[in-house]
Amino acid sequence: MIQGWKAVYYREALLLRRRFWKTLGTMCVSPLLYILAFGWAMAPTGQGGGGMGADYLRFLLPGLAAMSSMTQAWAIAGEINVARFYWRIFEEIQAAPVAPGGYVLGEVLAGMTRALLGVLAVLGLGFVFGVRLTLGPAFWLALMLNAFFFASLAVGLAMHIKAHADQALLTSFVITPMAFLGGTFFPVERLPVVVRELLLLLPLTHASRAARAAATGAELPTLSLVILLTVGAFAFVFAVKSVARAKD
Amino acid sequence: MIRLENLHKRYAKRDALCGVNLHVSAGELFAYLGPNGAGKTTTVRILTGLSVPDSGRALVDGLDVTREPARVKALCGVCGQTINLDQDLTVAENLEVHGRLFGMDAPQLRSRAAENLERLELADRARSLVRELSGGLRRRVMLARALMHGPRVLFLDEPTVGLDPAIRRKLWAAIRAIREGGTTILLTTHYIEEAEFLADRVAFLDQGRVVALGTPQELMEAQGVWAVDMLEGTDMRTTCFRDRAEAQDFGAAGPGSFTLRRVNLEDVFHATTGRKLANGAAA
Repeated sequence: MIQGWKAVYYREALLLRRRFWKTLGTMCVSPLLYILAFGWAMAPTGQGGGGMGADYLRFLLPGLAAMSSMTQAWAIAGEINVARFYWRIFEEIQAAPVAPGGYVLGEVLAGMTRALLGVLAVLGLGFVFGVRLTLGPAFWLALMLNAFFFASLAVGLAMHIKAHADQALLTSFVITPMAFLGGTFFPVERLPVVVRELLLLLPLTHASRAARAAATGAELPTLSLVILLTVGAFAFVFAVKSVARAKD
Repeated sequence: MIRLENLHKRYAKRDALCGVNLHVSAGELFAYLGPNGAGKTTTVRILTGLSVPDSGRALVDGLDVTREPARVKALCGVCGQTINLDQDLTVAENLEVHGRLFGMDAPQLRSRAAENLERLELADRARSLVRELSGGLRRRVMLARALMHGPRVLFLDEPTVGLDPAIRRKLWAAIRAIREGGTTILLTTHYIEEAEFLADRVAFLDQGRVVALGTPQELMEAQGVWAVDMLEGTDMRTTCFRDRAEAQDFGAAGPGSFTLRRVNLEDVFHATTGRKLANGAAA
């Protein structure tokens, strides 16, 4: 059922190792800009973070970590598309005795590895800017569940798109809005009820909430973790079915 | 070793395969010839699990490719038309990933990689990134990779397309050596000389149908021994003869210049379908 996952993961790990510094540098750019613009330049003046002042950076960082785990896990779709549309390497994997579940597991773990690296990059930047967070198991669990969901979704959707450009479209319409509205930059609790309830449908909102609570010592929203686990399981099954059907 | 039974495949508005029946014996090098779009690659894609037939059966070593895909895949090696190597990995890494995909362990990987790199004269390129290699070297890496897990059946889909003649001949020698090792090979090509040089038997595929089948010698002898090419307007007209003198006289009696040569597989395809193999156009 999951035959071949190690080989699929190994391939992605080799590619990541070869491009490690370039990838790490890319992962740092957006978080650094957000920290500089919203957390550092605007927050002390009260213009950013809803008047939270210097504490805003401490609020922002777990949100950025959640956002980074989402975008980096999602980025595995780009790798898959390059392998499918440009280099045709997906066909090499399809011609091998690799089970659809094995392929998905290997790629999802690769997405989660990228996500972990992205989170470490955010935390490293936070450290440079003097932010200290509590990084207990609950923090990592929230972010890895988030990465699991988005990597699974990415693998599944990558099997349905017909061209690399469609992937950019999905990112523009789904991932980018979620990055801004999923509780990364502001507490969704401050929004009107209707909007808040809508934003609670986004998995990233739950990841941000859980990671923030774990990092700041607040009470852990267990329901958010359960939701992430549930949607992750659904996304994984969707990805396996999509890979199994990806022929012709 | 390979059996196709009434195989049909249709894409959108086009029939790619229309009831193909074929049998390839164990250890045979079988060439599957036809113009672009004849259905050669579709057949290979079905046999390697990349496509599903609409009807009919495809069997490898008695195993149905749609019912037991994992077992069939474990038996087969594929060297596709498109170079699908990981450009950012080294030659050795590409081979290693392939071996792992087929469940090979570390000692097996090392010994098989060394053996195949040696066999295809790639040992000194093991640590080179694929993106730094020439087209000919990449083709050899494709072949080395396909052989990594010791397949009993090897599918070579246009393995020498785009290569210059010298490199093509080098690859032919490698393919012959693989065949002499007992591997069954299904070779798709539109290069006549490739099939003539390598194949034990040949099938001509045209518009999704097998239109001729036999050894190259049998197929050519059925047309004659000598061929006369004569230019008629902008078209080249070819006529085949058993007797050289008769062919010579026929050419000499024509209105213009002519070329006398031996019959080849292109003539067989032309005589069978009325098309040129090179572009599939009606002649």
